[in-house]
Amino acid sequence: MASVGKIARRTFLIGAAAVAGGVAVGYYYYRKPFPNPLEGDLAQGEVTFNPYVKIGADNTITIVAPRAEMGQGISTTLAVMVAEELDVGLDRVKVEHGPASHAYYNAVILEEGGPFAFFDESMTAQAVRSGLGVVGKFLALQGTGGSTSTRDGFDKMRQAGAAARQMLIAAAAQKLGVAAADLETADGSILHKASGKSLTYGAVAAAAAAMAPPAEVRLKDRTDWKLLGKPQKRIDMLAKVTGAPIFGIDVRLPDMLYGTVKMSPRFWSRPVKADLSKAEKMPGVIKIVPLETNYGHGFGIIAENTWAAFNAAQAIDAQWSDPEYPPSSAAISDVLKQALGTKGSVMRDNGDVDTAFADAPRERIVEADYGVPYLAHATMEPMNATAQLRGGALDIWCGNQAPTLVRQLCANAVGIEQDKITVHTTFMGGGFGRRVEMDYALCAALMAKETGGRPVKVTWTREEDMRHDAYRPAAIGKFQARLGDDGMPVAVDMKMAAPSITAGMLRRLFPSISPLGPDKTIVDGAYDQPYTIPNYRVSGVAAPVSIPVGSWRSVGSSVNGFFHEGFMDEIAVAGKIDPVEMRKRLMAAYPSAVKVVEKVAAMAKWGEALPAGKAKGMAFTLSFGSWVGEIVQVADTPAGIRIEKVWIAADVGTALDPGIIEAQLVSAAIFGLSAAMGQEITFADGMVEQSNFHDFDAMRIFQCPVFEVAILENFHKMGGVGEVGTPPAAPALANAIFALTGKRIRTLPLSKTVAFV
Amino acid sequence: MRLTVDGQSFDIDAVPDMPLLWALRDLIGKTGPKFGCGIAACGACTVHVDGQPVRSCSLPVGKVSGAVTTIEGIGTAGRLHPVQQAWLEEQVAQCGYCQAGQIMSAVALLDEVADPSDADIDNAMGGNLCRCGTYPRIRSAIKKAAALKTAGL
Repeated sequence: MASVGKIARRTFLIGAAAVAGGVAVGYYYYRKPFPNPLEGDLAQGEVTFNPYVKIGADNTITIVAPRAEMGQGISTTLAVMVAEELDVGLDRVKVEHGPASHAYYNAVILEEGGPFAFFDESMTAQAVRSGLGVVGKFLALQGTGGSTSTRDGFDKMRQAGAAARQMLIAAAAQKLGVAAADLETADGSILHKASGKSLTYGAVAAAAAAMAPPAEVRLKDRTDWKLLGKPQKRIDMLAKVTGAPIFGIDVRLPDMLYGTVKMSPRFWSRPVKADLSKAEKMPGVIKIVPLETNYGHGFGIIAENTWAAFNAAQAIDAQWSDPEYPPSSAAISDVLKQALGTKGSVMRDNGDVDTAFADAPRERIVEADYGVPYLAHATMEPMNATAQLRGGALDIWCGNQAPTLVRQLCANAVGIEQDKITVHTTFMGGGFGRRVEMDYALCAALMAKETGGRPVKVTWTREEDMRHDAYRPAAIGKFQARLGDDGMPVAVDMKMAAPSITAGMLRRLFPSISPLGPDKTIVDGAYDQPYTIPNYRVSGVAAPVSIPVGSWRSVGSSVNGFFHEGFMDEIAVAGKIDPVEMRKRLMAAYPSAVKVVEKVAAMAKWGEALPAGKAKGMAFTLSFGSWVGEIVQVADTPAGIRIEKVWIAADVGTALDPGIIEAQLVSAAIFGLSAAMGQEITFADGMVEQSNFHDFDAMRIFQCPVFEVAILENFHKMGGVGEVGTPPAAPALANAIFALTGKRIRTLPLSKTVAFV
Repeated sequence: MRLTVDGQSFDIDAVPDMPLLWALRDLIGKTGPKFGCGIAACGACTVHVDGQPVRSCSLPVGKVSGAVTTIEGIGTAGRLHPVQQAWLEEQVAQCGYCQAGQIMSAVALLDEVADPSDADIDNAMGGNLCRCGTYPRIRSAIKKAAALKTAGL
């Protein structure tokens, strides 16, 4: 693990910001609360208690769940945190996303950005975590990502509900002339049992909101939870089964125009020559305007309907400047290999790896080279945003994972102050990290300058979406192990090279900040795993390829889960030790990890003989604070390999909604399996070769295995949920295919080597 | 041109090669059917024409001769179709974007086969992509919907 000395000496990257080693400034600012953003926009008779709770005189209770709902169920779980402490049922409350505001900053997204494994509870690690939480408030980024929303919200949103409830009780006590201690609450009402008198929250809300918030907030004991810890009916389900207009792409405004974009198919390139005349003359086309953004250059097409805009985009005849990066997949691969040959940043260095390998006999050495491709997010809802610029004020409607960034970047692009921008965050038809990016919002904001005040909804074609992503970076890794006499590894040396996600995000989102120091995402999922091996080194190298790369569900762990766990399986095979048994022995210092491995092995009946033509593989990854083991069973069929069954055991520390957690674990595993089976983004002439679901597909229902999930709560800290099922999926599948066929596949997608049915 | 959608008649001014999807979404204001790919590869735009499931992103509006039914026409929040009811009970949707198309394909399947097998479901639903991976719950919801329909609910 990194020592405090290393941190003090160098600057390291956290999330999307470079922060110097010292963070002990500005505690005054940190302690100062942000203003409540709900105060300016209340309905008649409505009051607000804090940024999370509004109550109307008619007892309408509104909870603000200020994180992006992209399918992960977060609007439901966050609302439950408040509702639990406020003592109201979920069916009694309205849930809103709320405005873009620094009051909704996400502290945890940065807390876990330091160079420490999740289980590292040394004083240094804890001090840096709390320091980074302070930085989180400084940047005040309202962001959804890193599987942090429940961890970030758990205390503050329960406290918001409890504080409001205590204030309501105090106001009711005054009104009834009784002691607060004699009052009880249930389902939005306050009851004085002795007299039988009761008041609704709405009846005392105005008086309660005028009181000072309680100095001390008491939270319920877990044993008293009525909602938390139990599966809830999602608040968004009815809208989603009736086709309600809840997505950005469904926004409809009076007098609205439609549009699309045609951006340079080569990233960062500018048009050298462009003939717009044919496109401009097409029926329904109103205007074609140049677009210059942090994300690249191209044209915006404004039209009477989306179809007219799509057709005109196709008719634009443009030539684009040469790419600034290696133009083909082969050339990119050469740059990665070159990078891998240089000295990397060492993020884990136990024992003395060089000495351990120096005298190793050849037959005790295991070596392997791994590789994964670029990947697109391919959310079901293509990128889109709607914008209207009137009287110097901009309204923007879009699904997005970072509303305060939407505001900031659109303000810069349009040339107005941030307080003139209102961000309306809609539900998202998938996020997976794609909607942390801001390109769709910037394009719409710039196009809104050209419509004479009319709103314009800008929808990307699937082809534009597939070819202008911030991709999961390609990566390669070199792995070596030395086995001991008993077959167990005594030394491992792991090194990987990939383009830097953090540097990429800075260029697009914070162009004024220079990337400094090593990018932890290159080694995440490899350097921070709960294995004890006496000599254990993990290092990473950032490869200079400037194709946009970004956060793709589970980020670095999506790469290194595959590398690390594939290689662990190779070590077990070489050492003639059962891979489950080997993991249990190496994880002995981490009881939570051992219990996960034991649980998933028991569920899958690991070790029991299977009929011929079937085999199982297992993998384990600790990511985003959750410990996840997966076992995949495959079957050989005449037409190819079928994924029959997947078992998942996950220790999430505290399970707030088992129904949603189960759905997320399965979802994330399918996301990982989809990529492992067949996805890759390749390049030729500086352009992405894939364009739509026919050449970048995902798992279909007929390929979908049966799932069995167990949720454990052994570890004392809460983990994330949305991404943690992805990293072990690919290696468990590849390990199962090895067990079935004897073929060790070290490069994804697996479809290059085997067929799937 | 005249189009019947969800039992209502609409006069629209569209070029005949405009896909039905864009006529529904931009001209008529039915945003239930979703745009996903534009090449009939993902099923998010699935609607019924005379009861048959079609990918509206790839069907020119000028070629539509029958009555169009969208997700907004099979049930309402107060009176759900058995398939929607089953989706609600099984808590199927995650992001929800593909679900209008999934539900329309499932409705068509159950109109054809009252008690579908796993293989029937795989065959009928293979054209509907879900990036959230809700397939296991889609399978159980279709079976539940079949039971609800048979029971006349």
